[in-house]
Amino acid sequence: MANFETVKVETDVLIIGGGMSACGAAVEAAYWAKKNGLKVTMIDKAAMDRSGAVAMGLSAINQYVDLKGGKNTIKDYVDYVRNDLMGITREDLVANIARHVDSTVHLFEKWGLPIWKDEDGNYVHEGRWQVMINGESYKVIVAEAAKNAIGLDNIYERVFIVEPIVVDGRCVGAAGFSTRENKFYVFHAKAVYAGMGGAVHVFKPRSTGEGLGRAWYPPWNTGSSLYFSARAGAEQTCQEVRFIPVRFKDGYGPVGAWFLLFKSRATNAMGGEYMVERRDELENWAPYGKVKPIPANLRNWLGMLDIMEGKGPIFMRTEEAMQKIADAYKDDEKGYKKKKKELENEAWEDFLDMTISQALLWAASNVQPEERSSEIAAAEPYFIGSHSGASGAWVSGPEDIQNADTKDEYFWGYAQMSTVEGLFHAGDASGASSHKFSSGSHAEGRIAGKSAVKYAMDKGDAPAIPDALIEEMKTALLAPLDLFEQKANTTSDNDINPEYMRPKMFMFRLQKIMDEYAGGVSAQFTTNKASLERALELLEMLKEDSKLLAAEDLHELMRVWENIQRMWQAEVHVRTMLFREETRWPGYYFRADTPTMDETNWLAFANAKWDPATGEWEMIKRPVKYIFKD
Amino acid sequence: MPSYVILDKCDGCKALDKTACQYICPNDLMVLNKDLMKAYNREPELCWECYNCVKICPVQAIEVRGYADFVPMGATVSPMRGSDSIMWTVKFRNGTLKRFKFPIRTTEEGTAVPDGGFAEGDGDINSPMLFTEPESVRADFFKLNQ
Ligand SMILES: Cc1cc2nc3c(=O)[nH]c(=O)nc-3n(C[C@H](O)[C@H](O)[C@H](O)COP(=O)(O)OP(=O)(O)OC[C@H]3O[C@@H](n4cnc5c(N)ncnc54)[C@H](O)[C@@H]3O)c2cc1C
Ligand code: SF4
Ligand code: SF4
Repeated sequence: MANFETVKVETDVLIIGGGMSACGAAVEAAYWAKKNGLKVTMIDKAAMDRSGAVAMGLSAINQYVDLKGGKNTIKDYVDYVRNDLMGITREDLVANIARHVDSTVHLFEKWGLPIWKDEDGNYVHEGRWQVMINGESYKVIVAEAAKNAIGLDNIYERVFIVEPIVVDGRCVGAAGFSTRENKFYVFHAKAVYAGMGGAVHVFKPRSTGEGLGRAWYPPWNTGSSLYFSARAGAEQTCQEVRFIPVRFKDGYGPVGAWFLLFKSRATNAMGGEYMVERRDELENWAPYGKVKPIPANLRNWLGMLDIMEGKGPIFMRTEEAMQKIADAYKDDEKGYKKKKKELENEAWEDFLDMTISQALLWAASNVQPEERSSEIAAAEPYFIGSHSGASGAWVSGPEDIQNADTKDEYFWGYAQMSTVEGLFHAGDASGASSHKFSSGSHAEGRIAGKSAVKYAMDKGDAPAIPDALIEEMKTALLAPLDLFEQKANTTSDNDINPEYMRPKMFMFRLQKIMDEYAGGVSAQFTTNKASLERALELLEMLKEDSKLLAAEDLHELMRVWENIQRMWQAEVHVRTMLFREETRWPGYYFRADTPTMDETNWLAFANAKWDPATGEWEMIKRPVKYIFKD
Repeated sequence: MPSYVILDKCDGCKALDKTACQYICPNDLMVLNKDLMKAYNREPELCWECYNCVKICPVQAIEVRGYADFVPMGATVSPMRGSDSIMWTVKFRNGTLKRFKFPIRTTEEGTAVPDGGFAEGDGDINSPMLFTEPESVRADFFKLNQ
């Protein structure tokens, strides 16, 4: 076996991930832990300053409820999320995030995040719930507060976590390896928080050459959360609810500011507006089709119908929108010039803060948004439960928000705890609580951080990890290195060998299956029972072949495990789409054999649970119970 | 090749204890070729063009050339990141130049205090209040409007 030192780290509360939610968990857990004499340890596969989905920065905070301003209530936010997710949502979780998210945003501002203000000193809103920021250093600032809270000595960067460690039904740690030196890591803790983001590259992206990495979602979040949680035996929810964003084509630049702030229209090849011309289609998806704002997946759906009828490309009418705003200043020449300049700055900053590729693509195509429109298109499917998707672990809600109807279903001891004792999730890792975005993920991480400390205090010492288990995991995790070393020199090209596969080709094989059978781009996001069953059959063989993955070095070892994680994400997704026999989110995926929404049988959560003892998946239907809906 | 390193400029971060680009890349792409003492992007097709390596390089040795499979040639987008603002130079394929400057933070680097200056709160591990609440919410905390 590869010669790796085993490093054992003892702690009280373990935080895995260094993104928005984990930084929230760290800030919060550090406070409660210090008060109670506990130790907090944090692990990130990358450098916290620039890790996770916010690594590049962002141009808006997408969840701010403004309870202080009194304009919105928590119920308003819950109504918005429930409708956007076509009725399938955990209101207790969404409400809990909504009541804490303003606190998080106010902390961000104090830490140094520039939030746009109007003349009266109020936040500038992009839309009802979104506030504009100068967010190039958003992640740097949020990470800084987390680091200051728990101390650099307690942070392990460049450690890639793979397996959960469960002893006597309780999650007591995690195993992984350093991507910098030959070290195998075992962390042992009283409570474990896992927030390692969502997943990308499970489906084949639109660009498959050099631009393979230019997915909307960052290539470094690979389904680690789902893998970790599922392998611990935790129940998953909404794993069919993928997210497909409509963005500027190819560069995937954001459209929010254009639609909401600049009030731009999108028109098709014939100049028609699908949002107007296809309004009647929304009736088919009532009651959700009739609410305002129209759910994200239904907006996608109307555009997709245009594309399927050959009415593409769809253009964002940037020139028209900018002209309209500037026109308001027509009679004031100086004001007009100033406004135009201001708009130009805002438009470019929107990209430069969070999708620099799009700015580069505009410059390379000589696009000036005030002069001509740009194409928009639906991207490929991603798993990001914190955004407009909903996939993630099934976690306990808070006790105090439940009503008599929900209490037994949605609360089990500790807020944000999964169905496995001692294992907590937030952000992209927890499901059925969509639309939390960067700020809500941080707030939810804080809720989980406090809850994990409480758990550690209540339950005390965690059972020891048997040495045999450590050895078994070490052998399994490092096996791809051994395989490469043993077999690589038997052919003249070490990429092509009958006895192993390298992770990149494995990823392409996975992507092809998902793209063609599970409703990817080339299948027009459409699938059916037979296709999904075929996908499972092919995934089964892929799973067998995953034992033949080989790695030349530490970097490739990480790629091996990333792609195994993607494969698990793929499988749970396919199984859940198969289980839900209806079409509920037509703009995310369409089941051609069950093409309509079935409120009678399927206004329910489709959950999935992998049993570590048998290796079998179990599908579970859980009731949707509302707290706020009148 | 998304991010690339200019040989003449890269000095392998000799002055630092680790190479800055390798330290920062979220996808573990930048590595140092120890024979040449020059960095390179080992998997350009998995680069997000996040520009973090570009921004951090102390000698401006890293630039980005748009993905060759869909970006026309000839344009550049280059950042200069300071302690409180960032300056962008955008050069179009047709030569047009644009410059933008945006703030990046309002406090001094390193000074983010976890409590943000808010009162710490009730200190009760059993209450649903988080650290710094209710002051940091600045609202009637449990107004759920059921
Ligand atoms: C392109 C894009 C644009 C967005 N725009 C906005 C916006 O404008 N406004 C807004 O509010 N929100 C926006 N969001 C949403 C926001 O970024 C997410 O909601 C938020 O980052 C989720 O937080 P998280 O902690 O779950 O995941 P992340 O922040 O992605 O963090 C995941 C962390 O886990 C680490 N990790 C992953 N795998 C492992 C492993 N195996 N071992 C150890 N560590 C691991 C990563 O390095 C990272 O630190 C956007 C997201 C994307 C992708
Ligand atoms: S641009 Fe980002 S993803 Fe690409 S090499 Fe640089 S740091 Fe890594
Ligand atoms: S940060 Fe710049 S100088 Fe340092 S190794 Fe990378 S490219 Fe070379």
